[in-house]
This record gives sequence, structure tokens and C-alpha cells, in this order.
Amino acid sequence: MNAHRSVLARTVSTPALLILLLLAIALVAKLFGSGPFERTVTELFIRIVLVVGLYIFIGNSGVMSFGHVGFMCLGAYGTAWLTIPPAMKKFALTGLPDFILQHQAPIALSLVLSPLLAAVFALLIGRILMRLAGIAASIATFAMLAVINTVYSNWETVTGATSSVVGIPMKTGVWLSFGGALFAVIVGYGYGISRYGLALRSARDEAIAAAASGVDIERQRLIAFVISAFVIGVAGVLYAHFLGVVNPDAFYLNLTFISLAMLVVGGMNSLSGAVIGVVAISAMIEILRALEKGIPVGEAMLAIPNGVQEIAIGIAMIVILIFRPSGLMRNRELRWSRWPFERTSENK
Amino acid sequence: MTAILQIVFDALSLGSIYALGALGIALIFGVMRLVNFAHGDYISFCVFAMLVPSTDAMSEMFLGSLPTVVLVPVILLIGAGVSVLSEIVVFRRLRDANPATMMIASFALGFILKHFLLMLFSSRPKSINLWPDLSLPVEILGARLPLLQLIAIGITIIILVALSAFLKQTRFGLEMRAAAENFTMARMLGVKANRVILIAFAISGMLAASIGLLLAAQTGTADIQMGVSVMLVAFIATVIGGLGSLAGAVVAGYLIGAASVLMQVILPLEARPFRDAFVYAAVIACLIWRPQGLFAPKSAKQRV
Repeated sequence: MNAHRSVLARTVSTPALLILLLLAIALVAKLFGSGPFERTVTELFIRIVLVVGLYIFIGNSGVMSFGHVGFMCLGAYGTAWLTIPPAMKKFALTGLPDFILQHQAPIALSLVLSPLLAAVFALLIGRILMRLAGIAASIATFAMLAVINTVYSNWETVTGATSSVVGIPMKTGVWLSFGGALFAVIVGYGYGISRYGLALRSARDEAIAAAASGVDIERQRLIAFVISAFVIGVAGVLYAHFLGVVNPDAFYLNLTFISLAMLVVGGMNSLSGAVIGVVAISAMIEILRALEKGIPVGEAMLAIPNGVQEIAIGIAMIVILIFRPSGLMRNRELRWSRWPFERTSENK
Repeated sequence: MTAILQIVFDALSLGSIYALGALGIALIFGVMRLVNFAHGDYISFCVFAMLVPSTDAMSEMFLGSLPTVVLVPVILLIGAGVSVLSEIVVFRRLRDANPATMMIASFALGFILKHFLLMLFSSRPKSINLWPDLSLPVEILGARLPLLQLIAIGITIIILVALSAFLKQTRFGLEMRAAAENFTMARMLGVKANRVILIAFAISGMLAASIGLLLAAQTGTADIQMGVSVMLVAFIATVIGGLGSLAGAVVAGYLIGAASVLMQVILPLEARPFRDAFVYAAVIACLIWRPQGLFAPKSAKQRV
């Protein structure tokens, strides 16, 4: 069957379908949505950037990482340092270098520089961590997250310690976050079909055979680690400009686990799985939240008790994993091989 | 001298908690390659089982008002019960799934337990008054130590000795060690998979319950987050000790406890808030030095 698919269908259809799906969500939010719904969709897109970033490393390398949310923290604080107006920075973050204290960068610049900070950090620490494999690597990435969290929670003059850093311009709306998701999907897919992505996946499936065929596993992992750090750094920047405040504990265990859960529920070995997982779990959360607030049934309001929402999410995740252990997408990509990609007998 | 003694006992009592936690995680990992993230929530569950559900800051004892001789076995049973139940309801159905899927399922289970407790008790930490007589200090060689610290250390040693006797001397213990070594081979030689796994879960749950009791008595508070922080360190200890090695998990638990206490003393004052960063950096260094763990069992060695 594969032989009949055109090359175009195989390379373009997956990202195209995913982008169309995201575009549809963005349009629905813009055309019909209210303010709160737009915020929900913005948050959804930011989560997609994060989870696709996770997929770039975890999905392709097969190494579970508990540390990537740390890069989101770096990105978010990076943009806080760059974009908070100097008048506010002077008092809150006295430890910053003078040049940064006196200037304010536009978000466009920060969207490049702050993720770059995360990527450079990933390059430095990745050279050490990528020597490890399997569960030792997972623990080491978690230790990295814990180090980042401890430093950011205590470095009073530069990060404001555990108190929130305020005054970040709130610029992230539906379209900016959609742009972020677009970027993540394209980078994720482009990396996946590049020689580096193929080499890393071969190492994931058969490490010994890959190494024997000349794949430098450590190097390939490092490349994926740095790219995913950059993408997740973008998620951090968008998130900071979405909320307007950053706080180190926003980027710790809760976010780590919920983003990993989205990845695994969707199916951690495919890009489509990463995107579908975020959409599915976010949709479930929103529906249950709406139920918690109550829906009018005739005269009365029918509402589920507070706290049931989280429990129901947990149960739903377990049920999905029991029936689909390899995730909703079963590790496959969304594909479209009919019009306009179909190969008819004339052009054979 | 007394200062050193104080440090030694601090390290031992903190290490005891970590060691018990690491043992509980390593037992489950040994038999079914599951990293059980719900373990921390078992601990919290056992602590909160002692209280009457309410959202006030002051807590009223529920099971906690039972006399100690009854209370301890009841809490241990609750721990074992939660743990066994989670195996029957959730993990049994995921036997063939890959480790990442099982891990996320265990996280989802922990999430459910945590939010169940949040619904009943709210997120506010509560004071809990368990065995107040035991917090009186006693003097040993000039150092004033809370009696409770000594009891915690003693109880941990008793548990470790009893568990190692169970593993070495009884048939179930033998089966469990065989299963940890090579599960497929053990099954072929007549070890019943479900029974071994159930026993492992029961013991692991009881270990969680004993941590819960010790923590509640030591800190005097019941906090929903208390189990998770222990679980994370315990999880790290199992990996540093060498996955699959129970003795390694215990030793690594004590090592991390000792490292935390020592760094608190050694680090210069301005670096002290960053203590955890140093501890975790040491964890990374340790993993780079010995990726397979300090006491890796032979079965864990990569052959190629």
C-alpha cells in the first residue's frame, strides 16, 4: 500500500493535517468564542508547543525526560528579564546586569533570545547528561529540573525567589500562540524526517544495530535535546506573556506530569500523538470544568461537586491507557493519501 | 563531639525515611518494572486516614484516637490495602504495557488519590498530634536528641531486618527474589506471577504506611504534599542504588539523607538556601560515575 503513496503524501500530509486542525481550533475561538474561551485556546496552543517539544526528545530518543519543564522556566524568566519595563525591573530584579536593567526588548527579539538561552543551557548540560541511557538518564534530567527550580526559587536578586515576577507585557493571544504551535509542529516534523531524526529513532529501536551502522547515539540525543529545549523555551516565553507573571513553582512537578501524561495518552512515538493528546486531555478538562460550574437543566443547575474534575481526569487517563497502552494514536501519524496526493493510473 | 553525634543521628533518621521509601519503590520495580509514582500518595493517604475529614486547620483524630497497639496495625493494613487494590484495579491490566505507560498510569492513580484527599481535607496543612510524649528529648553522650528520632531509627532497623529475614528465609521471599532477578524464568519454574506481585504490593504499601506514621509523628503536621517529596528522593535512591537491588536502595536512601544533612552543615551560609541544588548535582555526578547504580545486580548489566 505504501508503494502507491506519493512522496508528497508521505512528507506533507501529516503536518498539513495537524496545522489544519489547529487552524480550525483557532478560527472557532476567534469567530465564535468569548474571552474565556479564547484564553482556553491560547493555553491549549502553548501546551501543544510544550508537548511537541517533549516529543522531539522523548518520542525520538525513547528516553523519558522529567526535566524539560526546566527549559520552559528558563525561557519564561529569560523573557521576563528582557521585556519587563526598566522602571519596574530596577526595583524587583536588582541583580541583573546594568545593560539588561536599562533596556526593554520587544517580544519578537525575546522570542529568539530567551529560547536560545534554554538551548545553550541544554547544550552545556546535555553534553554531560546524554552519556546516560534509560532510567538513569530520566533521573538525571529530573535532578536537572530540581537544580533549576532550587536556584530560581532562591536567587532573590535575579529571579525574585519564590515570589512572582510581575509586569511582563501580556501579549500572547490566540494568533501568537497559534504561531508558536505552528512553529513547534513544523520543527517537530522537520526534525523527525531529517537524517538526525531518523538516526535517533533507529537508535531508539535498535541501539546496537544503529551504533554498528555508524550512528553516534550520544551526539544524536544531544541534537534532539537542544532542539527540544529551544521549542520548550518558546513555550515558556509564550506562557510568560500569556499570564503576565512568572513563578518558579509553575514550572515544576505538576506541569511536568501533566505534560508527560498528555504525551503518553496521545502516543509518545508520534507527532500526531503529541498534538492529539494535548487536544484530547485539554478538551476533557474543559468539559469537566464546565460541568463543575454547572449546566442549566430546565430550572435547576446541575453541577458536579468541586474536585471531581481532577479525579475524573485521572480515571479517564487510566482507562485510555488500559485500552490503548500505546496511546490514542497508537504511535502512528495522521495521514491523508487521497486527493490531491493520490496517484492515478495516468501519471504512473 | 556532641555536634557530630547530633549530625549522625539527624542523618540516620532522615536517611531512614528515604531508605524505607526506596525499598517500597524498589520492591515493585523488581517484580514488574513499574516505577510507582503513586507511592508518595499512599504515604499521604495513610497519614490522612488518621484524621476526621474536614477542611479546618485543627484536626480531629479519627483512627488516630485508637490506642497505639491497635492504631499501628490498622494503618499498616490500610497502606497494604490501598496498594494491593491499585494493583488489582489498575496495574494488573497494564502488565504488558511499556514502562512509560505504566509509569503515567501510576501517576494518574496518584493524582486521583491526591485529589480525593484534597476534596476531603483541603490543601491546608493540618497539625496532627500523634504520640506527643515521644518528642521529649533524651540525653545520649551529651547530645540532646528527641526520643522519636531514636525510635524512628530503631524501627527502621527492625523493619529492614524483618524484611531481609522474610526475603531470605521464607518461600515467598525466595519467589520474590527470583522474580526480581528474572521474572520470565521464575514463572517458568513455578512462581505464580499474580501472587508474588500482590505480596510485593502489600509489603510496599505497609512500608508506605510506616513512613506515614513516622513522618506524622516527627513533623506534627499532615500535608498532602508530604508523601510526594519523600517519594521523589526515594525514587532517586533506588536508581542510584542500582535498580533491582534492594540493599542498594536502602544504602542509597541513607546516603542521600546523610548528604542532605551534611551539606546543611558544611555549605557556607549564603549557599545554604541552594542546598538541594548541590544535593541534586551530586546525584547527577553519581549517575555519570556509575550509570548502572552503586550496587547494580548482575542481571542489570548490559551485555553489549
